[in-house]
Amino acid sequence: MFKKPVSSSGKTKIKSSVQRNIRQKICEQFPLLEPVIDDVLPKKAQLDLIKAPERMSLYALDNQVLFFQHHNDAIMPHLRIVHKYPQCFPTVQVDRGAIRFILGGAQLMCPGLTSPGAKLPPPEGNLPEGTVVAINAEGKEHACMIGVLKMSTEDIKKLNKGNGVENCHYLGDGLWKMDSE
Amino acid sequence: MEAESSAAGAAAGAASTVVPLEVVYCGVCSLPPEYCEFGATVKKCMDWLEGNHAGLYQTLYSSEALESKMGTMTLEAQQKAEKDLAKKQQKEELRQEREAAKKKSSVVTIKRVERTKRKYVTVVSGIEAFELGYKTVAKEFGKKFACGSSVTKNAAGGEEITVQGDLSDEILEELVEKYGIEEENIRQVEESKKKGGGG
Repeated sequence: MFKKPVSSSGKTKIKSSVQRNIRQKICEQFPLLEPVIDDVLPKKAQLDLIKAPERMSLYALDNQVLFFQHHNDAIMPHLRIVHKYPQCFPTVQVDRGAIRFILGGAQLMCPGLTSPGAKLPPPEGNLPEGTVVAINAEGKEHACMIGVLKMSTEDIKKLNKGNGVENCHYLGDGLWKMDSE
Repeated sequence: MEAESSAAGAAAGAASTVVPLEVVYCGVCSLPPEYCEFGATVKKCMDWLEGNHAGLYQTLYSSEALESKMGTMTLEAQQKAEKDLAKKQQKEELRQEREAAKKKSSVVTIKRVERTKRKYVTVVSGIEAFELGYKTVAKEFGKKFACGSSVTKNAAGGEEITVQGDLSDEILEELVEKYGIEEENIRQVEESKKKGGGG
């Protein structure tokens, strides 16, 4: 989504009522994040909305993008937040061979998620299709990508073929660079 | 990997005391240092890390760490990855060289254009080679010189900044001081509507 550098067309302040909605949505989507939501998104803080091309909305606080959303899809966290609160997001792990492709912006294929170096949640912790997940890498401490599951983790194990996770945001993409500048 | 899952379990147990992790980001490529090796500027990243976070450098680039991280990849895949990486690095180096050369050779033009007999506008073009945005710089000029300043399209399809008033000397100074452009890369031109007249 952010393969190219993000060119924003200005930012606007978000109404507090809208902000409450966003907050609630985030809590619903990431129940694990709820205990720390006040740290991530203080109640009184003034969020900014940055509009990016292709109906992309970026939610920023103090010029740092915290979350982003495509049209009305699921809200996704910026990788910096995932780095800070890694335990608050559902995570899958890929093997080492896949890292360089991810950092190039490729979609995540199933074999990279099922090989020995990779890790998927156990059957009882099955993540359904459409879940926003943080992608960790073998031997690495921090997540390197945010994606949406194209099939449930059980299906990934069973089929082991094709596109498993859609790459939405990865280390070094346009969104990442936009923030670090 | 086990440590991670147990950490996650512990965090779920004591969720109210979750402390944000402080993550160090590489000063060169902006990624977490453990991912520097996949970037195109590994050497620079390593130097930076050694200078700024020596401890982290030790854990990431000591010889044991290098050995253990090869992990589960097959030899073939490894070699392929290395080859790709080398290629990428070479490309990046070339790109940087080219950019530096381009920067050296590119010129910012400050043009004084006569509007009526005694009124002028100043047109600045070519700043994109110095990684400056037209829009922001135009705004800054407007603020600094208290005058109208806008981004306009020129005949060639490019963009330029039009500042109202004869400000070529001031702009020259500003470009050198604030934006760090070498004076030899700036050219001042005068343009009048009637040939030989004006000035």
